[in-house]
Amino acid sequence: MSGTFAVVVARDLRLAARRRIDAALPIAFFTVAVSLFPLGVGPEPQTLRQIAPGVVWVAALLAAMLSVTQLYATDLADGSLEQMLLVPDARIAIVVAKAVSHWLLTGLPLVVAAPVFGLMFDMSPEAIGALVASLLVGTPVLSLLGNLGAALTLGLRSGAVLLILIIVPLCIPALIFGAGAVAAVDAGQSARGHYSLLGAVLIFTAVLAPLATAAALRIATE
Amino acid sequence: MTTANHRWRLYRFASPATFYPLAGKLVPWFAAVAAVLAAWGLWLGMLRAPTDATQGDSYRIIFIHVPAAWMSMLLYVVMAFWAAIGWAFNARLASVVARAIAPTGAMFTFVALWTGALWGKPTWGTWWVWDARLTSELILLFLYGGYLALVSAIDDPRRGDRAGALLAIVGSVNVPIIYFSVVWWNTLHQGASVSVTTAPKMAAVMLQAMLLMTLAFWSYAFAVIFVRARAIALERDNRAAWAGAAVGRTAAQPEATT
Repeated sequence: MSGTFAVVVARDLRLAARRRIDAALPIAFFTVAVSLFPLGVGPEPQTLRQIAPGVVWVAALLAAMLSVTQLYATDLADGSLEQMLLVPDARIAIVVAKAVSHWLLTGLPLVVAAPVFGLMFDMSPEAIGALVASLLVGTPVLSLLGNLGAALTLGLRSGAVLLILIIVPLCIPALIFGAGAVAAVDAGQSARGHYSLLGAVLIFTAVLAPLATAAALRIATE
Repeated sequence: MTTANHRWRLYRFASPATFYPLAGKLVPWFAAVAAVLAAWGLWLGMLRAPTDATQGDSYRIIFIHVPAAWMSMLLYVVMAFWAAIGWAFNARLASVVARAIAPTGAMFTFVALWTGALWGKPTWGTWWVWDARLTSELILLFLYGGYLALVSAIDDPRRGDRAGALLAIVGSVNVPIIYFSVVWWNTLHQGASVSVTTAPKMAAVMLQAMLLMTLAFWSYAFAVIFVRARAIALERDNRAAWAGAAVGRTAAQPEATT
């Protein structure tokens, strides 16, 4: 089981390393999307500071949702997904491995890049710290739920838009507590409650989403 | 012997051939009950209930708003339940019922949001606030929309049933959040006025009107869902003998032959 997990993660990372531009697309989308907001809202530092947590979080959510559609699509197209699913009792391991590799390729770069955007939005150092911390706990939730959406919409027409429609409502708790933690720190309050709830959402999602994703893969491939 | 007989009866109703004529017979009754209860409830609520001391007559939309909000949440759980039964036991009729519930649930969610906006304008001075309960109800509308979009995007009916069931089960974790959110985030929206554990904080006639409207909506939901489920069942089984008989002799009530 752990062998399957490691093999799938290593394979996905190697595939991403061979297609570097493809792998960089989510972070490029994130950069462009975040940069649009000052142009639309106006350059006043006060306003930007206020909307920064929400902007970064929403852009991270959309970047995760847009990139996750490719998670199983190419494997389904070349038949390797069916072969992987033939491994006995490996469905959960494969699903978790897919979520982990998606997070390593899109979630982690966003966490690393977040301080730069925090500076662009004139955020305080404490708020930037909170932004990084909340993204660190929250982006795995997005990868896990996006994984479920990718499995549910596997091989469907307009699967990408459908995925956003069905999965974004489920991501809302993570968005509220993640952006709320930054806003609380920015307002000089304790963000512990937000971190606790965000952590609870992560644990809850990490336990249940892989089961649901494995079931969704079975539905989609049988 | 009696248990075997009993089980046979339950399975009998799971057959579309039995369900189709039975639901057809029940639809007019549910529709009539809904009309009578709605007329009674509206008469009590609009004409007999006293004017509210602070909100004036604008509060009277509560007789539509609250039952619609209740139904929107209840129907999501019922939909998830039947979808799960249809998935777990491979019961096709349960999946058909789940699909039939979704549009009605989405409609009640929309009505709850719409009447809430109409009520919010005179009392809060704004059509919409990003309060926890309003937002949760909006998310519920998105959940219904996602379910409807997913099941309609999948051409194979049984795959659509199963994927929809999974999504409905996952989404139903949101329904308790709607109910407890008002406790979590204490904002503009007033707390629940009706509770099972404490005495209601409203006049008896108002409570009566609200319960009558709830029963009317319930009855309406049964009527509409049965009509829709009959249509879906007929479409899916269009090659089966019972479907041909049903279409050929719509007025007659043939004895089911499962």
